[in-house]
Amino acid sequence: MEVFRHDIVIVGGGGAGLRAAIAAVEADPKASVALVSKVYPMRSHTVSAEGGAAGVAAPDDSLEMHFKDTVKGSDFLADQDCVDYFVEQAPKELTLLEHWGCPWSRDEEGRVAVRAFGGMTAKRTWFAADKVGFHMLHTLFQTSMRYDRIVRYDEQFVTKLLVDGGVVKGVAALDVREGTMRAILGRAVILATGGAGKCFPFTTNGTIKTGDGMALAYRAGIALKDMEFVQYHPTGLPGTGILITEASRGEGGHVINAQGERFLVTRDYGVGQKAELGPRDMISRAIMQEIAAGRGIKGPYGDYVHLDLRHLGEAKIMERLPFVRTLSKTYAGVDPVSEPIPIRPVVHYMMGGIDTNIDGATALPGLYAAGETACVSMNGANRLGSNSLTECLVFGARAGIRAIEFARGASVGSEAPLLAQAQEEATRIEDLRGRRKGGEKIAQIRREMQKTMEEGCGVYREQASMHESVRVMAQLRGRVSDLQLEDASKVFNTEILTALELANMVDVAEAIAVAAAARRESRGAHACSDYKARNDQEFLHHSLVTFTPGGPHLDRKPVTITRFQPEERKY
Amino acid sequence: MSDVQKKKFVVTRFDPDKDEVPKTQEYTIPVRPDWKVLDALNYIKDEVDGTISHRWSCRMAVCGSCGMLVNGEPKLTCSTPLDEYGDEVHVAPLSNFPVIRDLVVDLEGFLDKFKSVKPWIVRAKEKAVEEGPCRQTPEELHAFKQFSMCINCMLCYAACPVVANVPEFLGPAAIALGHRYNLDSRDEGAAERNEVFRGEGTVYECSYANECSEVCPKNVDPAAAINQAKLLAVLDWMKSFVTPRRGGE
Repeated sequence: MEVFRHDIVIVGGGGAGLRAAIAAVEADPKASVALVSKVYPMRSHTVSAEGGAAGVAAPDDSLEMHFKDTVKGSDFLADQDCVDYFVEQAPKELTLLEHWGCPWSRDEEGRVAVRAFGGMTAKRTWFAADKVGFHMLHTLFQTSMRYDRIVRYDEQFVTKLLVDGGVVKGVAALDVREGTMRAILGRAVILATGGAGKCFPFTTNGTIKTGDGMALAYRAGIALKDMEFVQYHPTGLPGTGILITEASRGEGGHVINAQGERFLVTRDYGVGQKAELGPRDMISRAIMQEIAAGRGIKGPYGDYVHLDLRHLGEAKIMERLPFVRTLSKTYAGVDPVSEPIPIRPVVHYMMGGIDTNIDGATALPGLYAAGETACVSMNGANRLGSNSLTECLVFGARAGIRAIEFARGASVGSEAPLLAQAQEEATRIEDLRGRRKGGEKIAQIRREMQKTMEEGCGVYREQASMHESVRVMAQLRGRVSDLQLEDASKVFNTEILTALELANMVDVAEAIAVAAAARRESRGAHACSDYKARNDQEFLHHSLVTFTPGGPHLDRKPVTITRFQPEERKY
Repeated sequence: MSDVQKKKFVVTRFDPDKDEVPKTQEYTIPVRPDWKVLDALNYIKDEVDGTISHRWSCRMAVCGSCGMLVNGEPKLTCSTPLDEYGDEVHVAPLSNFPVIRDLVVDLEGFLDKFKSVKPWIVRAKEKAVEEGPCRQTPEELHAFKQFSMCINCMLCYAACPVVANVPEFLGPAAIALGHRYNLDSRDEGAAERNEVFRGEGTVYECSYANECSEVCPKNVDPAAAINQAKLLAVLDWMKSFVTPRRGGE
């Protein structure tokens, strides 16, 4: 087996992973960093983010306002020390990106422009038209090329964390191109693999978002935190789930029903004066209620409502939202200049993730996590739009610095037990290749998982359907070990990847369902039909799901509240 | 699906462990009228033949993974409507690249070329974070913005007649992205990049076929970038006789 040795190993080459890599090599001039990704970094899903990245910039704004908006948006489940650190670092990180060449949109004087976003009381979202994730990712990737000490392992799929003596010391990875396993060793590991939207049938997420890092940590015994909080973005295209950015509403777009009524203004959905600029959980619920009341529009992929940008005019749409126009034309057949865009809520983001502290450190010494795959936690029960791109920078950088500090003080120890584990992993993967004896098709299990998760853990959830999701996921976890694979070849065998991704998703989906069923209240994105009110007495805590051979184990963890006491969340 | 229609897909297959040369395989499958070419490939992979390999992710034309030849033309398959084609659709890997497997091509050569143009901000002295963002007017932003829109999908390399004959040619995307930094008001690295551009196999190889700009799915217009880069590289070279070199030293 090939063995590679570095100081730290970063898994994932999106916004958080690239930022962590750059931070690590800048913090330690001798650091050698492995950047392992199952795709070329510029394909990472950060690329699909559209609307912007939040950080206080305007004179009428303040860190305290950003803090309060974020905590309130989280329905008071965010750890307030993390939010404080986040809002303070946000402008610095966005400035760094500016120095690295990110083409931020500007005002006439050449200052960075900011736009309005949902749940934010001031304009503080930095943007590069409506391709912010794309520009941030490419800026980070291109900047990372400056550093020869960032050694990329592109198209390599990590299948296991290598742990010895209670400390993580590397990863086992499948080189997709060669079809061989390798050990990539380091004295600290950062997981930055993004979200898990593909656990659901209808999502803005790309096909690569299969919860890999969450599953890696979960199987190594690390708890997943607050997994029940799945964000539905209010405005996805029916059928494909393609994201139509919240910036559409930030720039003045209206959400209207079949009768052309702006129901966020005319009816009481809790968003008050904010109307279309309310937080995502509330707007998604409002749309689902309009559809349930028969005020949606019928379509081949289910009922939907409209996002109307016509009054913005062609010039503004072309300056601020050109990508939205292209996406609408290409994937919905409508030109938003002259027609409203069909939209409905769609799975977008996991508030939950690997349980870490403010440094991104997990309970396993040497293991760190950052970005969507982590739960530090700053998003609580509902993330505000445009906070997550900045989160990748702020906590990616912090994890990178902390991981290299940890690596400096850690000893390598004996490699033998690590290589033995990697060898075992190689045997497991080899057994899977072209495994004809199995009885289950990948696509069939994936469909069952996605359908069950949508029915059980959707915008609105019921106890009965959540428990049904728990039951089905436990069953699918067994069935996933009986997969039938057709492709016995070694070189670029994508079928084996898909099988491994499916196993990851089933684990993550089960954690989501278990955590959801246990939270008998409604908070943020978790809207439980049987328990409609928030219940701070019993549930003002994080939930933790830990893997055990007998099934998931549930636990809880206190929320850090520093100065903003929970109050009724009204806008 | 009331309006079920069938189409035949002729897909190029290649497994280096088994095949001397690429072969084709045919699949006739039901398609929906709103499908893109990628949807058909995914249907084949999921329901018909799990051994087919192709890259894809975002399916919204921004990650750049799914470039292939569709009926001989370089296309992003996730944004190419199936209804633009007849009953038979040919899907093959991008031309002008070594093929790894089936529809998957080797990008390593491009990444080396890309790195050689220093696609990052070069400054004699890096600005401190505490100094805040640089000022850049909308006009200054406009000067390079178009060339920053490249998604590295490689359609331009597949279309370029020069790449076909001179594989070492730096190529449209790498030149456009190097030029993008040369035009950025925050950058001071033009002298270094122009030296690269004046080397062998770079801007002067371009034969103005304009194929790159025609196939670009993001309207980056790499042909224009190459033209401008060529002119600036020459001017910079002439200036070097009159004034001492600027930049890193």
